[in-house]
Amino acid sequence: MTTGHHIGRPIVVIEGVEKAFGAVTVLRDINMTVSTGETVCIIGPSGSGKSTLLRCINALAPVTKGSITVDGQQVNDPKLDKLALRRKVGMVFQQYNLFAHKTALQNVMMAPIHVLGQQRAEVEERARRLLAKVRLTGKENSYPGELSGGQQQRVAIARSLAMNPSVMLFDEVTAALDPETKKEVLVTIRELAGEGMTCILVTHEMGFAREVADHVYFTDGGLIVEDGPPADLLCAPRHERTRAFLDQVL
Amino acid sequence: MDVAQFFSWLNDAHGINFSIFYDPFDRDRFLAGLWTTVALSVICILASIALGIVGAWAQGAKSAVVRAVAQGYVQVFRNTPPLVQLAFFYFAFATLLPTVRDSFGGQAPLISSFGWAVISFSLFAGAFNVEIFRSGIEAVPQSTIEAAEALGYTRLGAYRHVILPLAIRVCLPALNNNLVNLVKTTTLAYAIGVPELLYAAAQIWSEVLNVREMMNVLLVTYIALVALLVAAMNKWERMMRVPGFGQ
Repeated sequence: MTTGHHIGRPIVVIEGVEKAFGAVTVLRDINMTVSTGETVCIIGPSGSGKSTLLRCINALAPVTKGSITVDGQQVNDPKLDKLALRRKVGMVFQQYNLFAHKTALQNVMMAPIHVLGQQRAEVEERARRLLAKVRLTGKENSYPGELSGGQQQRVAIARSLAMNPSVMLFDEVTAALDPETKKEVLVTIRELAGEGMTCILVTHEMGFAREVADHVYFTDGGLIVEDGPPADLLCAPRHERTRAFLDQVL
Repeated sequence: MDVAQFFSWLNDAHGINFSIFYDPFDRDRFLAGLWTTVALSVICILASIALGIVGAWAQGAKSAVVRAVAQGYVQVFRNTPPLVQLAFFYFAFATLLPTVRDSFGGQAPLISSFGWAVISFSLFAGAFNVEIFRSGIEAVPQSTIEAAEALGYTRLGAYRHVILPLAIRVCLPALNNNLVNLVKTTTLAYAIGVPELLYAAAQIWSEVLNVREMMNVLLVTYIALVALLVAAMNKWERMMRVPGFGQ
């Protein structure tokens, strides 16, 4: 079952990517194509390199070999225009990583003002709309320390959206949340995906992956073991390793 | 009986001589010294904070040369006595500089003794401030810095808008301590003839022979000066307080 929206041209293209930290290779020969409007979930056991792959896509971690392009821009170019890349790619982290000294509204407004030099009044209006969209109207003036984990995570999503990205990366964004607050974050992501935002999620939420993803990748030991539509991969895995993993988590 | 009359009577009747309260000449000398101490303190506080911010940034710079310069600065100024630093600047370094012609046609040093005191104490306190700011910067989670990077902030932008504001909140108590020390260190300027509080007091007691009284005045004045600074710092700390952060 997919969200049924339009899937367009390839926007994130990963070819033969390898990533090593010293002698430890965490990603081997990763190939992946994500098209605009598509929602892709990456699942797999801890330490299989899922988060590293996301971090490679927005150049938080450089790849050792291979190529990643985002909207035609080569990420592993030594002369990479990081700002251009990061305008296109939003990222949400497991630990929210909000700026603790700023209110929810200010957190959303900061980057467009400081990084893009946009007009404060116009940014504020957009930030208020985004907070309303993630159902946080009334929490504009709360500091991160006064918000629950789920609320903080939704501020973090709004903060990324304020930069008008073409692709959103979600790195285990519900892993630190309790079941109740988890749901409010997943609802927000599902809405985003439904509106046609290109989303790449690293997640342990199999139910969510089955419901929202257009394509699921299963990684283990730095390799993509298998991939396919969620109905196939999650319900009828071809690979023994995938089956063993799913048996454990489902 | 007003204040001047009271202290005049105290001197006449009991020989307890607080001349600065009834003798306008001593009072003006004392106030001039107080003013010099306040000016010296305020300038050095601001300059040392700026040095601390820049130095802590340089400690994390990409360039190994910049990092080495920052580290060398901290080591030199933290590990030598401030009086020796001051003497070095004033007696060893200043004499290498050219002199300028003053308004009376004589030769005047390029930088006055007050100027050298400012330079010396700012560098001294700044070295400690670098380490204090570093402790605050290291308390900012790497993941928070990454979030800023992912939003497109440059290293400088992240430092200015995210890292520093968070770091300052962590290191304010330690900064507070060092600035209190700095205010007290300004008395060393006496050694190079800067007419600050201690200098003014010494001038007065050597002429009026009221050492015990002036010593008491000095102690009370410094307690008041430091109390003012601490009150200001506490106010700053309260202003910077963020609900749910660092508690």
